Amino acid sequence: MARETDATPESTAGAIPSFDVTVRIRRYDPEQDESPHWEDYKVSVHGTDRLLDALHIIKWEQDGSLTFRRSCAHGVCGSDAMRINGRNRLACKALLKDLDPSKPITVEPIKGLPVEKDLVVDMEPFFQSYREVMPFLITSGHEPTKERLQSAHDRERFDDTTKCILCAACTSSCPVFWTDGQYFGPAAIVNAHRFIFDSRDEGADLRLEVLNDREGVWRCRTTFNCSEACPRGIQVTKAIAEVKQALLTRKV
Amino acid sequence: MTAVQSTPGPAQAIDAPRSPYRRSKPTRTNFELYAWLFMRMSGVLLVVLVLGHLFVNLMLGDGIHQVDFAFVAGKWASPFWKVWDLSMLWLAMLHGTNGVRTIINDYAERNGTRFWLKMALYVAFALTVVLGTLVIFTFDPCPIGADIDASALPSFCPAR
Repeated sequence: MARETDATPESTAGAIPSFDVTVRIRRYDPEQDESPHWEDYKVSVHGTDRLLDALHIIKWEQDGSLTFRRSCAHGVCGSDAMRINGRNRLACKALLKDLDPSKPITVEPIKGLPVEKDLVVDMEPFFQSYREVMPFLITSGHEPTKERLQSAHDRERFDDTTKCILCAACTSSCPVFWTDGQYFGPAAIVNAHRFIFDSRDEGADLRLEVLNDREGVWRCRTTFNCSEACPRGIQVTKAIAEVKQALLTRKV
Repeated sequence: MTAVQSTPGPAQAIDAPRSPYRRSKPTRTNFELYAWLFMRMSGVLLVVLVLGHLFVNLMLGDGIHQVDFAFVAGKWASPFWKVWDLSMLWLAMLHGTNGVRTIINDYAERNGTRFWLKMALYVAFALTVVLGTLVIFTFDPCPIGADIDASALPSFCPAR
């Protein structure tokens, strides 16, 4: 195969170790399968490869019908969130050597969202709750003639929640979301937090009102699954707690 | 050139792609906020009330051996213990019921199941609270009346 010939010149000095790994993927083709099933693929990979590279080898060289999302492949676009060895991660940020390659690596679509095919889920419920928290700047009065200036201190207040890439790893790791998908979910709350605590924004009350709903922040059980799942290291549970605090004191 | 272009519509039998995701109606009340706050505050109060209750009943005096009908009657003769036990009953029942309510909300997958589980919960709550409150307020160790057999009364009653 092409990959192996690529690797041979390097195999003398300073070679990257390569090893075989079994990737166990939850496959589902709505046109043929009644229900999802597991399928094993054996791939030969390098120590520097990520799970996404293994998925690429499978799709390009073994089974072209394997379907998954990925765009930038470098942890910025948030397309390839999946459940890897039972934990939500980005396939492009999970090194195979860190995933215990001696055992099969399980790869499933993220939970709580309808599966469309293989690892692709319908993200619409996720984005609908994102839209409902109004993730855009709301202001009144005249437009300033230059940028809306903000002090470094004010910017620091919501810095953590600006990192969100909307990969849905947090929302689909939340047990409350799994039940009926009505809970707004950590990602929507994180993105509301980003504007609620922005000193330039005037829509905090509107967003807090949305999140005061039966399906809002009060459904959070602080299980910290979201904080653990976030590939950007956002302190999601802390952000949710801050929104709760803002609702209790009506002060941002 | 100016002919009206007819847009080919989808076949009637096929659903429009990505039909809108159905969300439950927004509630616009502070109920969940107050419920959340109540759980925290009643929790703190219950720690004091329950530990106090256990200490007085099981540690002071003769400990577990003192608890009998007369002991309970003696405690409920004082308004202090009536209020203590009443608030313990109400807080524990509200705290527990609200806790089970959130568990039902989290785990029941169908609206019908959710509704009936909650109805059963509220009926159990109402029965326990009404019965408990009735007992605390109407408890009388030495009832007086013509049809009461004096020998059945506890030994500390004056009628005996």
